[in-house]
Amino acid sequence: MATGDLCTVERRGRVHLITLTGAGEHRLNPALISAIRSAVAAARASPGAGALVMAAEGKFFCNGYDLAWARGDPSGRIAAVRAALRGLVADLLALPMPTVAAVTGHAAAAGCGLALAHDTVVMRASRGFLYMGEVDAGIKIIDYFGELLRQKVPDAATRRDLVMKGEKMTAAEAVRRGIVDLAVDGGVDDVVAAAVTIAEGLAARGWDGEIVAEIRKAAWPELWSKVKDYGCDAPSRPRL
Amino acid sequence: MATQNLCTVERRGRVHLITLTGAGEHRLNPALLSAIRSAVAASAGAGALVLAAEGKYFSNGFDQAWASTAPRHLQATMGGEFRGLVADLLALPMPTVAAVTGHAAAAGCGLVLAHDAVIMRGSRGFLYMSEVDAGLKLVDFFAEVFREKVPDAVNRRDLLLRGDRMAAPEAVRRGIVDKAVDGGVEDVVNAAVAEAEKLAARGWDGEVVAEIRKAAWPNLWSKVKDYGADAPAAAARPRL
Repeated sequence: MATGDLCTVERRGRVHLITLTGAGEHRLNPALISAIRSAVAAARASPGAGALVMAAEGKFFCNGYDLAWARGDPSGRIAAVRAALRGLVADLLALPMPTVAAVTGHAAAAGCGLALAHDTVVMRASRGFLYMGEVDAGIKIIDYFGELLRQKVPDAATRRDLVMKGEKMTAAEAVRRGIVDLAVDGGVDDVVAAAVTIAEGLAARGWDGEIVAEIRKAAWPELWSKVKDYGCDAPSRPRL
Repeated sequence: MATQNLCTVERRGRVHLITLTGAGEHRLNPALLSAIRSAVAASAGAGALVLAAEGKYFSNGFDQAWASTAPRHLQATMGGEFRGLVADLLALPMPTVAAVTGHAAAAGCGLVLAHDAVIMRGSRGFLYMSEVDAGLKLVDFFAEVFREKVPDAVNRRDLLLRGDRMAAPEAVRRGIVDKAVDGGVEDVVNAAVAEAEKLAARGWDGEVVAEIRKAAWPNLWSKVKDYGADAPAAAARPRL
């Protein structure tokens, strides 16, 4: 799995745009997550970068964990990909710039969580839905993931409908329920353009990136505490 | 800084009304905080408390100008005094109402949210968490005030991570402020006193009010309780 084919990175003005490439489901496995984390790290290091947008090509934003790959060693691989996503969420929370998810297609399970881990979410209006498919697929939701949902979907009824009923939520419904900030008409490129415009507006505020990161961690402290030991900044864990 | 010019105290029926005096920004420095805490302590025997201000500002936050010239240990006192004021309000054996007569920014906004009810001037003034624009981190219990009093993720994001300036109608719509009042400062104060009188008329046992409040916002209480007027005196804390 060549990382080069997994995501691209480009600068548009002050916006650092990461795009999950290809027409597939962009299922999360350690290789893809590693590529995304490298791209996020590149944004962090990029001089003058003011905001990050995460988008995808094709029909899917991200359809969740790569369960086909995980079947090769179910207990070990699921744990590995969960730990890898935990690290990516930590990196996004600690990122010294505002973040925008451009949900260009279906976002299911871990893919839905990945979108919600951003500060702002824009979503394609005409196609695609948010779907916490775990209950249908028989997968548990573990602690930090549950915390992510609790913090970003605080309305109990909405959270119940997503998680306990496996409701498939369109952009319009998600906006109405306060999970998504903006529904964008048109195709994938229109959604990306809208996300980049919002990101550019946030970058133009000229905020101190370290302050943005610290305020974000203070705004979602339980989530941060559950993921912070897995981020790129975490001190290497002492070994007994 | 003569304390008697910083705030006035009056009784209106069962309501203990504290007013931050003068046309200035009512910036919170140790002297003003101490005066407010004394005024709060003087509420013993009343049925409800209202905190209001004269002029264009409710409070524009910490006195940064003073802090930049003060020695470090005194700056820590300012933070400790504010934390103590929040503790005193949380432990107060009567309902509390903030009369947001003008702009409330940063610590001033936090002070507003530390009250049970918030009445705000409809036509003028906004809530503004200016830290992200000013490049200041949030103190830990500040973020806790927000998490407990502004549970909606989008509202929290907009206030903390976007530095949105929120006028009364918007704040009411979003559930952060209870009521917007037309007219001038006096009209806001009268409305707040009327609300406080209604709460006082319920005849609640004050100690029970305080205990229920602490139980309703337990994370916030735990972060401030050691600084309140009732906290065990510093001398009592065991020294190694």
